[in-house]
Amino acid sequence: MAQPLVRTETDAAPVKTGGRWSRPRLGRGTPHANRRSLPARVWKERSAYVFLLPGMLIFSVFTLAAVAFAVYLTFHRWSIIEPDKPFVGLDNYRDMMHDERFTESVLNTVYFSGASVPLSMATGLLLALLVNLPLRLRGLFRTAFYLPVVTPFVVSAILWKWLYNGDYGLFNYYLLHAHIIDTPLLWLSDKNLAMPAVILMSVWAGTGFSMVVYLAGLQAIPQELYEAARIDGAGAWHRLRYVTIPMLRPSTLFLLVMGIISSLQVFTQIFVMTNGGPVNRTTTMVYYMYLWAFKYFDMGYASTLAFALFLMLLVFTALQLRLARQASGA
Amino acid sequence: MSGLDEGVALREAVPEALEPTPPARKPQNGNNQFGLRQKVVTYVVLAPLAILFLAPFAWLISASFQPMGEIFSSVPHWIPKDPTLEGYKGFLNVGHLTTFQQGQGHGDWRWFANSAFVAVSITVLQTFFNSLCAYCFAKRRFPGRNAIFLLFLATMMVPGQVTLIPDYLIVQHIPFFGGNDWLGNGGHGWLDSYWGLIMPGIVSAFGIFLLRQYMLSIPDQLLEAARIDGAGEFRIFRSVVLPLCLPALAANAIFTFQGAWEDFFWPLIIMSSPDKITAPVGLALFVVQNRTSWTLLFAGSVIATLPMIIVFIVFQRKFVQGIALTGIKG
Repeated sequence: MAQPLVRTETDAAPVKTGGRWSRPRLGRGTPHANRRSLPARVWKERSAYVFLLPGMLIFSVFTLAAVAFAVYLTFHRWSIIEPDKPFVGLDNYRDMMHDERFTESVLNTVYFSGASVPLSMATGLLLALLVNLPLRLRGLFRTAFYLPVVTPFVVSAILWKWLYNGDYGLFNYYLLHAHIIDTPLLWLSDKNLAMPAVILMSVWAGTGFSMVVYLAGLQAIPQELYEAARIDGAGAWHRLRYVTIPMLRPSTLFLLVMGIISSLQVFTQIFVMTNGGPVNRTTTMVYYMYLWAFKYFDMGYASTLAFALFLMLLVFTALQLRLARQASGA
Repeated sequence: MSGLDEGVALREAVPEALEPTPPARKPQNGNNQFGLRQKVVTYVVLAPLAILFLAPFAWLISASFQPMGEIFSSVPHWIPKDPTLEGYKGFLNVGHLTTFQQGQGHGDWRWFANSAFVAVSITVLQTFFNSLCAYCFAKRRFPGRNAIFLLFLATMMVPGQVTLIPDYLIVQHIPFFGGNDWLGNGGHGWLDSYWGLIMPGIVSAFGIFLLRQYMLSIPDQLLEAARIDGAGEFRIFRSVVLPLCLPALAANAIFTFQGAWEDFFWPLIIMSSPDKITAPVGLALFVVQNRTSWTLLFAGSVIATLPMIIVFIVFQRKFVQGIALTGIKG
């Protein structure tokens, strides 16, 4: 059919000739779309509003109102157990600036992110390069490396807490037997070892994800590039350095941003494995917020801490959103 | 929680590369480049790595069949000498329970039932409401659409931790529930109830965003044709739009289920009755409260992991289509 029998707003519009509808409103979007009056357009599309209603309701209460409420909380001393919830202006923010434990929690969080993100990305890249080779068992290997990603985080944390156990843990047992250490290490209660221990566990849990993203990236690199490099006399190392790694840039960027965002929010491992100890060495920002909200019951200060995290994340979430939009072609 | 699960969604969204039989590439870099020697070397590197990655799982499964005495022996046993089903029986509430056993968490099969109920509810409801909203944003033209959609996008940048505390207070003050009056005071609202676990999770800005991007590719003519055939707006959504985005819906549902099953922070803070908590919270509290029945704990960990592994194995191929949504094409 040359003329589809489709009734759309733009098709229907020219039918109405004469009167005020036909006058084009210059300068305001497409003239056709604005033909109808606002109430008429709302009425015509009323079912859309009905469809949106349940979602919007939940969204308004638990996200929009919640964000506004969070802002409100930061200006109040809001204790669950006390009836009085006075307005305190910027006191919470000022307290935060002078709170040494907060500073410590930021440093701990940065330590965690700074170590766990590059480590799991590097391991993931290495594994991806290996399991991308034409091996018969590579499907098996891929699944093996991906299994920790599928495991619930709490389970991984519990399991590793046992592995790190000073008396019965497998780490101490094998390290002692291999004569790498002489005395059992108290992994999670040693103030210098606790954070590395948590990081190691997180790398184990996250590497499979990096591997899969890198694998997808690797499989999208055109083989011709390698052929060309080979003709130019590039060895394996140079092909990796000058073809593979530059071509994986989008994957790397994605993993970096996602990794930073999720690692800055680390909580579960800390809660299960160390409780923020020893001497606050593993108290991360979210764990510190949790303490203030649900141990000391000061919702105002806890919300202020949450906003500090929000600020740290902002750059990365903005970047993430842009990546997501680019990727899905918006 | 809209902010929290976006990380999970992206984290889980990519296992395209896990496909056991990868596309076309095989013959290209197969024979001419990759000799027997390289193959052996690769296996020699990969095998120990895979063993390291899998060892914690092997230990978990083995230990879940070991009696307490064996778990706490000075030499770790990889094959249980004296296998027992005590741990599994404990959770599945088999036989008569002594008070001591109950105190140790025997009979807590409800944790898993709760997790299953909550995760399935959230998955079904969220898939439905997300797609309904996504459809309106993608295919309907109504006044206010862009403004509302921008609002959704903007809140995607807010991390879950910011809304966590206000949401806790909002849930506590839901009117008419849990002994609350119409102003939401006097009782505990949705705290410690399945309502509180499920309701905030039934829409996700991120899920809506991904589904919308997918729905944009549905040709308008299809919807118009249905409209001309006299289909109502909901009918169009149900019979034309939904069937066309099954892959996206499946991906959304899988990630939602995984996220809901693993979710830890939210159930941790709002649930308190031992018979209402979900599996991750139950297991974590088990550890944090220093209960000692590790046989039980390991068995519970295995039970909590199984659904994730089953979902992963069954839907492995569906994940492939999920990748198009997050768009990591390298």
